[in-house]
Amino acid sequence: MSSAISREDVAHLASLARISLSEDELDRLGAELPAILDHVAAVQGVVESAGDDVEPMSHPVPISNVFREDVVRPGLTPEAALEGAPASEEQRFLVPQILGEE
Amino acid sequence: MSTTAKTALVGFDEALTRYDPVMGLEVHVELNTATKMFCGCATAFGAEPNTQVCPVCLGLPGALPVVNAKAVESAIRIGLALNCEIAEWCRFARKNYFYPDMPKNFQTSQYDEPIAFEGYVDIDVPADDGSVETFRIEIERAHMEEDTGKSLHVGGATGRIHGADHSLLDYNRAGIPLIEIVTKTIEVPGHRAPAVARAYVNHLRDLMVALDVSDARMDQGSLRADVNLSLKPSGSETLGTRSETKNVNSFRSVERAVRYEIGRHAGILDVGQKVLQETRHFHEADGSTSAGREKSDADDYRYFPEPDLAPVAPSRAWVDELRGTLPEPPAERRKRLQAAWDFAELDMRDIVGAGALDLVDATVRAGSSPTAAKKWWLGELARRSNEQGVDLAALPVTPEQVAGVQALIDSGRINDKLARSVLDGVLAGEGTPDEVVASRGLELVSDDGALGDAVDRAIEANPDVAQKIRDGKVQAAGALIGSVMKEMKGQADAARVRELIIEKLA
Repeated sequence: MSSAISREDVAHLASLARISLSEDELDRLGAELPAILDHVAAVQGVVESAGDDVEPMSHPVPISNVFREDVVRPGLTPEAALEGAPASEEQRFLVPQILGEE
Repeated sequence: MSTTAKTALVGFDEALTRYDPVMGLEVHVELNTATKMFCGCATAFGAEPNTQVCPVCLGLPGALPVVNAKAVESAIRIGLALNCEIAEWCRFARKNYFYPDMPKNFQTSQYDEPIAFEGYVDIDVPADDGSVETFRIEIERAHMEEDTGKSLHVGGATGRIHGADHSLLDYNRAGIPLIEIVTKTIEVPGHRAPAVARAYVNHLRDLMVALDVSDARMDQGSLRADVNLSLKPSGSETLGTRSETKNVNSFRSVERAVRYEIGRHAGILDVGQKVLQETRHFHEADGSTSAGREKSDADDYRYFPEPDLAPVAPSRAWVDELRGTLPEPPAERRKRLQAAWDFAELDMRDIVGAGALDLVDATVRAGSSPTAAKKWWLGELARRSNEQGVDLAALPVTPEQVAGVQALIDSGRINDKLARSVLDGVLAGEGTPDEVVASRGLELVSDDGALGDAVDRAIEANPDVAQKIRDGKVQAAGALIGSVMKEMKGQADAARVRELIIEKLA
């Protein structure tokens, strides 16, 4: 069982994810996140049972060099592309003010 | 965000009395493939917003990327041209960050398995005294990734993020193949550092153009340089904290950014403060930099192997085949042409600086002498390209046509002055030099009958001058030649006119 994650770590994760958390949420997530980490840590047990000679895989099948030719294919119209956007302007996706960047 | 109080800038020369600069350069090259890195969207520059997008580059759920074979080919050729080793097996990785320039919330890049690594380039750096010194720049890696979308910040006073109400995103550029080329640390004598940085980026541009893998235009952002710089106290081995000046958009700016950052760092270190590890923005107007964001740790990007893409494992046969397609390295080509043309270093620098090397070379191959080819491209044609604000290569005249104009001069059919009119005609789309001469009636008159009559009239109109020549003052003939030229609208063969005058009066 992992110990609680510090408030600083939770706050840092929140800033990377660009979400704002209240003081209460910082405390609550600091206590809840270790449970998730413990759950994922079960995967590390595989290394122990499989042994060191089993290479970790990033892909389910051992294939490589899956390429496509450099030929243009039709994409979406701007109308179709913007259809699902919450807001758009001047044929562009509109996003709220970007914080934390100069 | 920087909270450090502003410190004074130290002069460049003074800074170098106490500190040695350590540089690192990251250059992003946008490939000239027809389609994006992972989807078949077109890559045309300047298209209407969001007209070159699809579910893959918009990061829509369920869309799956597939690698562009041509982009991998270009990456390998770039790696080989940088004398790198080419990975036998490598993967893409996700670089996770939340910022709207990537709709996927990650950029597909390469992390600890770049396609090319451990290379070098030798660059020639001119000094003020006209000499040239060669520096070896070690290449750490060149890896494949994708470009981001373009943001437009609305509501701020200056179009910058600060103070903006909201931002507008165009994803046409998102997913265009990029090769990021990273140097190892560059330590050269401090006073050479700015010129070395500039020459390196310039060298890469030439290399990319020679490889035909990119437009490599800094003004259009298809070649972008980030300048990393730190200072260490003279003689010390302790590395300082570095700043990373992003997206420096011209060769001259690379040089200025290095100079500025040396002075800025020195000012901070002099008063015992710490340089912040941060990104900096370069300002073209005054050559200064300003604070950007504090640099994230690599850990913050939570890189992991891209599960949607298969690894890239270029066969050695493919790599060898691509090695065979490499062009002559630009520096070697320059040396070869300099020797063949018997030009001084300065001549070559002028030609290369004007972006005229290919044009002069092609003109010489079309039959012109090197001197004449250089004269046209760096003289008359450079003047016109400046007037029109276009690159020399974009002028509507071919090297073959320029060689044709020179051939007309060499054969005595036109003179230099008429040649300019011939060029006017060619540039106006009136045809080949021969056709322009014919249609505009620009041929020199060397027919003795017509010239003789004109000479007689000139003698009659200028009796004083004629007398001087009769008295032996042959140099006075100039005035009569001028008179004949005027009458014949510049189309008289001046040499023949002179002979006729002497014949008639001596």
